[in-house]
Amino acid sequence: MSQVADPGNATDADGAAGSAGSSGGGSGLELRALTKEFANFTAVKSIDLDVPAGAFFALLGPSGCGKTTTLRMVAGLETPTSGTITLAGQDITFAKPYRRPVNTVFQSYALFPHLDIFENVAFGLRRRKKSDVDQQVNEMLELVELSSQARKKPTQLSGGQQQRVALARALVNHPEVLLLDEPLGALDLKLRRSMQVELKRIQTDVGLTFIHVTHDQEEAMTMADTIAVMNAGVIEQMGAPEELYENPRTTFVANFLGQTNLIEGKITGRSGDQIAVDMHGIGVSVNANRAHTDGGEGWVGIRPEKVLIGDEGESLDAPGNTIPGGVVSDVSFTGVSTTYLVRMPWGQELVVFEQNTGRRKLFRTGDKVELSWRPEYAFLLDRSQDASAGAQTN
Amino acid sequence: MRKHGKVGYLLLIPGMIWLILFFVIPFYSLVATSLYDPNGSVFAGYEMTWEFSNYVHALEDYWQPLLRSFLYAGLATLFCLVLGYVLAYAIAFKAGRWKNLMLVLVIAPFFTSFLVRTLSWKLILADDGLIVNTLQFLHILSQDGRLLATPVAVIAGLTYNFLPFMVLPLFASIDKIDHRLIEAGGDLYASPFVGFWKVTWPLSLPGVVSGTLLTFIPAAGDYINAELLGSPQQRMVGNVIQNLFTDANNYPAAGALSVILMAIIVVMVLFYVRRAGTEELL
Repeated sequence: MSQVADPGNATDADGAAGSAGSSGGGSGLELRALTKEFANFTAVKSIDLDVPAGAFFALLGPSGCGKTTTLRMVAGLETPTSGTITLAGQDITFAKPYRRPVNTVFQSYALFPHLDIFENVAFGLRRRKKSDVDQQVNEMLELVELSSQARKKPTQLSGGQQQRVALARALVNHPEVLLLDEPLGALDLKLRRSMQVELKRIQTDVGLTFIHVTHDQEEAMTMADTIAVMNAGVIEQMGAPEELYENPRTTFVANFLGQTNLIEGKITGRSGDQIAVDMHGIGVSVNANRAHTDGGEGWVGIRPEKVLIGDEGESLDAPGNTIPGGVVSDVSFTGVSTTYLVRMPWGQELVVFEQNTGRRKLFRTGDKVELSWRPEYAFLLDRSQDASAGAQTN
Repeated sequence: MRKHGKVGYLLLIPGMIWLILFFVIPFYSLVATSLYDPNGSVFAGYEMTWEFSNYVHALEDYWQPLLRSFLYAGLATLFCLVLGYVLAYAIAFKAGRWKNLMLVLVIAPFFTSFLVRTLSWKLILADDGLIVNTLQFLHILSQDGRLLATPVAVIAGLTYNFLPFMVLPLFASIDKIDHRLIEAGGDLYASPFVGFWKVTWPLSLPGVVSGTLLTFIPAAGDYINAELLGSPQQRMVGNVIQNLFTDANNYPAAGALSVILMAIIVVMVLFYVRRAGTEELL
């Protein structure tokens, strides 16, 4: 995997993130060749990362991919084995956690049980001997809508309220970077969705740099300007959510962000910006800027919602790539959409996702169908990568 | 709900019987004894004359050993707290896989008898022992100075004997502290020292309160350490009570002094627990 995360990734994404962030100006966070080795494994393998000031940045990956270790190194809670961390032009690689202008919203919130909400939020200000503690704390409690709970103990609050206290306790210090370690992980789905919107609103309000660690791809895509997808200690790909979703560079990213169909193919020719691929005897084409392999073989990737399904011989709005000979093997109708599994002549089942707009007929199991997609939606990945890497089973 | 309540009361019965037999009746007997006519004797029998003056006389005659008891017990508790906190902290946070072994070592002294352990301190603090010789060599102690039969010996014995009662509750409290809270303190600009005072210490207070109570209460009533390591000048209230019961056969005075000791301890404990603000933990 590691050969995929070439330094070029970082530079590309840097540009993307820079345009997405509100202020920029080189005062952000820079990680260079950052590595963390534990006794028997390497958690983070020489990663390079640039987070422009004011960005909402997500580190996305499955558990154990090194994202939390990366975050803890930025917070100063882990010492890097090698590499550097620079924040606003200052090297903070080995600075003590209490001397860094960085605050963390912990996964478990880590609210002080012996202090009330007000004192929890005031903790950082009191340590730094600020003068207008009362006013600042009250303003912050107002921002997270907890003014009425100021004198309660953390255990008397609900999970969502505790989460907001943890956020307020970190934000009140106006850190250069706010680190969020799976902050919504303990909340139920409904609350999580509303907190996502809330967090995004607060980030826009205060204009601070947020680095959000999560394993929830939907959460990352909803909130972040830039996402870095991590796997096995390296950054697989970094960029804006749309870019990662539409043009993944690796099978891991393609599978981890949403669902994807990967079909084996041989590259038969390159002409201009089109690459011709022979897919089990069927010729298709892929745009050159979406091809991420130099070999003679590859995985043709296409998202289920980009695949159109039609009767045999029916002409659909997808010139270029038509794959005949499919048989519907499963239909799951969810009201708003229908997901089909279509068995192809070469034995593979492809996923097709169709909106129920009412203009298209509903197919049944056993129907003979033809699939097609516009060439510009397909992408081509390296054949040496595992087609099931990063696939979520849920 | 009702049904559960009944089972609960039934389960209380064995404990209640135990308490009535071994606490309520002896306590009643003790209070009654403290009010008997002091002119009676064990052999002639006592008359109940509601002699509240027994209490006045007990305080007049024995205020010094009483005060000394609280002083010695207080100092021993303080030393136990300092030594015990460091030990419990080290076991909880730094011992790693040695944690269980170290806990066993803390309670290992209980495998020998209290008397034997206290007697061995006689050897440790003996006049020609290593400690006395070293202190004399360093001129901390004069050439004819000694440790045995001094308050130092008694307080050292008390500290040694009650240290496990301090370490175990402290360990239980400190071990429970979530490391992420200490990390959060560091993340919020608390240096390790400030973080200790603002996070670790307050969270360990329940252990501090129960440890100090478990040390102070038995230490205040102890008589073995003063008996074996001290001299008559170090007599504690426990020695006086023992003496009144067994040698002087003055049961009313012994009873009155016992009740006074108990009452003072109860008042002190209530006051202390209030101040520590940990009522909800008891």
